[in-house]
Amino acid sequence: MAPEITRENAVSVALTGSGGAGVMTAGGLLFDAAAKFGCYGLQTRSVGPQIRGGESAALLSFSDRPVETRSDCFDLLLALDWNNFKSFSAEIALGAGSVVVADPKAGDFPDMVREAPGTVVEIPVQEIADEISGGRANMVALGIAAAAIGLPYDVVGALIGGKLAGKGEAAIAASLACVEAGYGHGSDLPDIPKVRGTEYAPGDRWLLTGNEAAALGAVRGGVRFAAAYPITPATEILEWLAPALSKVGGKLLQAEDELASINMVIGASFGGVPSLTATSGPGLALMTESIGLATASEVPVVVIDVMRGGPSTGIPTKSEQSDLNIAIYGLHGDAPHIVAAPISLADCLFTTQWAVHLAEAMQVPTIVLSDQFIGQARMIVDRPADIAFFAQRRRAETCDAETRRYALTADGISPMPIPGTPGGQYTADGLEHSPSGTPSSRAEDHLSQLAKRRDKIEDFDYGGHWAEIEGGGDFVVVTWGSTSAAVREAASRVREHGIRVKTVAIRLLAPLNADALMAELEDATRVLVVEQTDGAQFYHYLRSRCHLPRDTLAMHHPGPLTLTPAEIEREILKEHRL
Amino acid sequence: MSQTAPVKSSDYKSEVKPVWCPGCGDYHVLLSITKAFAALQLPSEDVAVISGIGCSSRLPAYLDCYGFHGVHGRALPLGTGLKVARPDLTVLVAGGDGDGFSIGGNHFLHACRRNIDLTYVVMNNRVYGMTKGQPSPTTEPDWDSALSPGGTGLSPFHPLVIALASGANFVARAFSGDIKGTTGMLIEAIEHPGFSFVEVLSPCVTFRPDQRGWKNAVHPAPVEATDDPARAARRIMSDDGFNIGVLYRGTRSAYDLSRAEAGEVGEFDRMFEI
Repeated sequence: MAPEITRENAVSVALTGSGGAGVMTAGGLLFDAAAKFGCYGLQTRSVGPQIRGGESAALLSFSDRPVETRSDCFDLLLALDWNNFKSFSAEIALGAGSVVVADPKAGDFPDMVREAPGTVVEIPVQEIADEISGGRANMVALGIAAAAIGLPYDVVGALIGGKLAGKGEAAIAASLACVEAGYGHGSDLPDIPKVRGTEYAPGDRWLLTGNEAAALGAVRGGVRFAAAYPITPATEILEWLAPALSKVGGKLLQAEDELASINMVIGASFGGVPSLTATSGPGLALMTESIGLATASEVPVVVIDVMRGGPSTGIPTKSEQSDLNIAIYGLHGDAPHIVAAPISLADCLFTTQWAVHLAEAMQVPTIVLSDQFIGQARMIVDRPADIAFFAQRRRAETCDAETRRYALTADGISPMPIPGTPGGQYTADGLEHSPSGTPSSRAEDHLSQLAKRRDKIEDFDYGGHWAEIEGGGDFVVVTWGSTSAAVREAASRVREHGIRVKTVAIRLLAPLNADALMAELEDATRVLVVEQTDGAQFYHYLRSRCHLPRDTLAMHHPGPLTLTPAEIEREILKEHRL
Repeated sequence: MSQTAPVKSSDYKSEVKPVWCPGCGDYHVLLSITKAFAALQLPSEDVAVISGIGCSSRLPAYLDCYGFHGVHGRALPLGTGLKVARPDLTVLVAGGDGDGFSIGGNHFLHACRRNIDLTYVVMNNRVYGMTKGQPSPTTEPDWDSALSPGGTGLSPFHPLVIALASGANFVARAFSGDIKGTTGMLIEAIEHPGFSFVEVLSPCVTFRPDQRGWKNAVHPAPVEATDDPARAARRIMSDDGFNIGVLYRGTRSAYDLSRAEAGEVGEFDRMFEI
């Protein structure tokens, strides 16, 4: 059954081509123009592993309300060529109303396109570009797509004038001529939905990626030191932080490996400066020993893991939620720490800022599980709220002979003397220690320090932020991370059938607020757990921590395909009838 | 301790009793470090001593300074992060040959190369002592042990030459039994800008009783330190391994730890506004 376009006022466009064809540039400009026009939208990409060359697809969805999930079905597929199209064709579903535009010179249509419903239109994109001095096919494609979705030419033209200002008037003129030529052809296409803009005040609407949002959240939360080792798909966080930290009196240091980067942030935080690093699965695996050091020595650090397909090198450019187990269980020994996950792209800002707050407040390492999908997607959102969280570490400002770094306190959090504080001298240690920090192998010290480190995070007041809950009813869908957006969208569609559904998107994964979760499930007759892993890691984790209803269902599949609202909707409808 | 009163070397010692064996060279290194701090009149709260794992890495707890006893092999990144975050502190990283040249070897290369203003003291006893006698990267190839019967057959790692090749700005070799000489080299290392590396020959009398003979083998370096790394490396590669003294004083600028004036975080919002 071909998926149908169910969302009203939504338009989706896929631009595909070989690397170097300029697909991502054209897609980015189309997205920026739609943002100026007043649309909300989501831009994701699908790329191969090649550094340059190889296939790429810009996947764009627009609406008059915020868009958080990829379209189930694309209204317009514009292919500059078909090279390696099959490597991401599964991510671009076509329906009866879809229009496929291709250059007749681009060769035979792939089976997937030929057999799909919808209309195929041939436009000699390359020929049109060749007739313009300095013309490029991707700019013609931009014009075709912009016209097809009803973006006014003036909006696109003004944007190009601004973006290409540094490239000289000839380049601007050539691009504008290409776009104009594209508009001529795009206006004649079979009808597809048109974008609708809504009014917005200056500054009220933002365009950003999840990685940028996370980095901004870190700086807003008070992070002033970062250590960096490049890794896909987390590098943009570090590249954003490098200049940003220097603008606020901080510093980023490039490390020789992830073993170094985690220890650099621990060292910096020991010095009193809130610190963060970002990585992906392979880097997190290397860091785990030292994250345990941060637990034992009670040094706050934040590690953002922008997850990608695993295990091992896996699929670096595509998303998966399969680092959940290593984030929760990866440390040796009994090593309590925090694991939190943003439940949407925009939430990368809130959750990262909150993570800095939690780490600092409890002097504990905190792992933020983002992923490639929300990390690298671009989204047009309403200006995120200013949040009050700012790193507040309990410091021992004045010290005397009675000061004990690891003193046993009522809430398990001990005031931390910062180097430079007279009388507070102590040695932070990964060895088990007495309250003064002196190495100790005594059972009494081990028991009391283990309990202190456990209790301080289990007794902490996390407020209502542990999860975002929507709707009500006896059918409950529990999810986490970037999958939450698809679950929320599916639930809102199901509610249009008159079915009551509650969604629970868990932000605080460890420690799990099992009591609060069970309270949400109290009246549930059916529970569905949704995640993007092969091994149902989240489902098994919840099972190990809560008495979930016996017939709780796990809906899960690995990346790189995202869980779509349509498939979740079908699952809910199927289970609801049972 | 008040910040202005003159301090004695004993003021830098904590009350924690070392785990070291009687006769271990590390006791003397500990003493030399406290003497160097006293000579420089460093407020002990402004000093941080950072280490990894091993016998010598236990050292920070024996000092009344700020300290960090981290995981095996990662002392240099810990110290690096601390110094970058807190350039006002005096940061001294200490450890052994296994910690620094085997598990932590990569960090050693990059700490030399990065040339951040800190001091790295390696107590070299050519053996893993804490795990009871296995060959380290600096052990002689024919040294017999349970883990490598008959010896490893491998050429020893040459820390001073590698430090020079990697860009360290100050290179010295000391002998733990020579407290006055070691103290002097540590003072100079702390004061020298950039990354200063001091290898201290520090005998393990338990697993390498042969090293008791080191006190007779060591001798002052016959020539003055040079500022030419190639010349210094050539000398070190052809010496007998017991030349004691400052062997290289470099002139490279240290890694820039200065900060621009802090702007407003709210300014970043503009980057995202449509």
